Amino acid sequence: MREIHVSEIVEKVKNMVMDTEYNLPEDFIKSLETAKAFEESPVGREIIETILENAKVASIEKVAYCQDTGYPVFFVEVGQDVHIVGGNIKDAINEGVRLATREGYLRASIAFDPVFERRNTGDNTPALIYFDIVPGDRIKIKFAAKGGGSENQSKQAMLKPADGLEGIKKFILKTIANAGPNACPPFTVGVGIGGTFDYSAVLAKKALFRPIGDRHPDPAIAMLEEELLSLANQLGVGPLGFGGTVTAVDVKIEVAPVHIASLPVAVNIQCHANRHSEIEI
Amino acid sequence: MSQVKKITTPLTDDVIETLKAGDRILLSGYVYTARDAAHKRMLEEYKKTGKLPFDIKGQVIYYVGPTPPKPGQVIGSAGPTTAYRMDKYTPKLLELGLKGTIGKGWRGTKVKEALKKFKAVYFAAYGGTAALLSKHIKSSEIVAYEDLGPEAIRKLYFEDFPVIVANDIYGGDVFTEGQKAYKKIEIDP
Repeated sequence: MREIHVSEIVEKVKNMVMDTEYNLPEDFIKSLETAKAFEESPVGREIIETILENAKVASIEKVAYCQDTGYPVFFVEVGQDVHIVGGNIKDAINEGVRLATREGYLRASIAFDPVFERRNTGDNTPALIYFDIVPGDRIKIKFAAKGGGSENQSKQAMLKPADGLEGIKKFILKTIANAGPNACPPFTVGVGIGGTFDYSAVLAKKALFRPIGDRHPDPAIAMLEEELLSLANQLGVGPLGFGGTVTAVDVKIEVAPVHIASLPVAVNIQCHANRHSEIEI
Repeated sequence: MSQVKKITTPLTDDVIETLKAGDRILLSGYVYTARDAAHKRMLEEYKKTGKLPFDIKGQVIYYVGPTPPKPGQVIGSAGPTTAYRMDKYTPKLLELGLKGTIGKGWRGTKVKEALKKFKAVYFAAYGGTAALLSKHIKSSEIVAYEDLGPEAIRKLYFEDFPVIVANDIYGGDVFTEGQKAYKKIEIDP
């Protein structure tokens, strides 16, 4: 058994959250630089330049890239040979988020109850944490700061098996077109196909952690990712929805086995504040 | 979208009449912030007392919930939030004299009609570019609902804050027009 003290988790989560809020991932920045050359609209090109400039300023000045510092979402893989000491891992992750919010000057965006008072918890907790037990003696922590504007434009559908591939494509493209200027394109589009109602959405969110340009190992799914990316960029939405040929920089698809009666499809729209990161302890 | 106009708040009908969808604007002067929770409370307060927490005539509301300022900063990162969430409240505020709103994304039909009827415009700012936009904000003070934290109503002073006229009083819509020009495929309804 390898021992990991919760204090190490608190410290590493705190730093990871702050870093992610200030610095966009390199692969995403590169994809925007590449996308600029493909953008036919002069306004679209100017917007991509502004987005890149904003990323530079946020990184240099260590300020939040977007005022919506997002819903803290974690996917945590805990090795079965790890022994966590000094407290529990869930509290440790939340403490890391709490400290990052305070010390990193992040906006508090979580309301404790969704229906009645909608009281702000003031420190971005509780974070949403998915745990998975895996072989080994390490802990892998993946973090996303999920903005509300793009999350609101995400959709899930329980399609019929008869809707098939055409139905899947149509639903994904309609979701992207409708998200349009409301969700701050250029997007990264996460898609989950199969599983159950709830699991398809988790897959869509998980898909967003794959590096930009990385293709699914199944060649048929990889081809579908490329086809959807090309179609998404023919919708005309363009950077920030002002019209153009760069609506998305990537489409990521994850699939899971499915009930014979079902075809769940979930689309998680990720805005250009594509804040994802990963650490291993 | 080439012309850049400099305008200053409060806005008058004369100025509003010159603005067309797609115009680039550098906006200066005082504006107020309000987003979901502040709008809900403002309109509830108005129903009860007949008053709003600030004089809305000729004013502009910026839909923003900024991050807290770091030491030495006037305001934290401060980009626009999605405007359609405020659509339910906007026509009433326009009727009461509001002349402009700043956000990102599409507005609904009722808001677009109210813009024509009460002579007001909807400006779009570049969503997500919050670190850059905050540099055009020179002062910030909370004027109401401090308990709402990031959603409190703030009075900001803008200096050449860059926006684009998204919806004008003539029915122009920068998103619809812009997207039509680059659309290459149709998706069946």
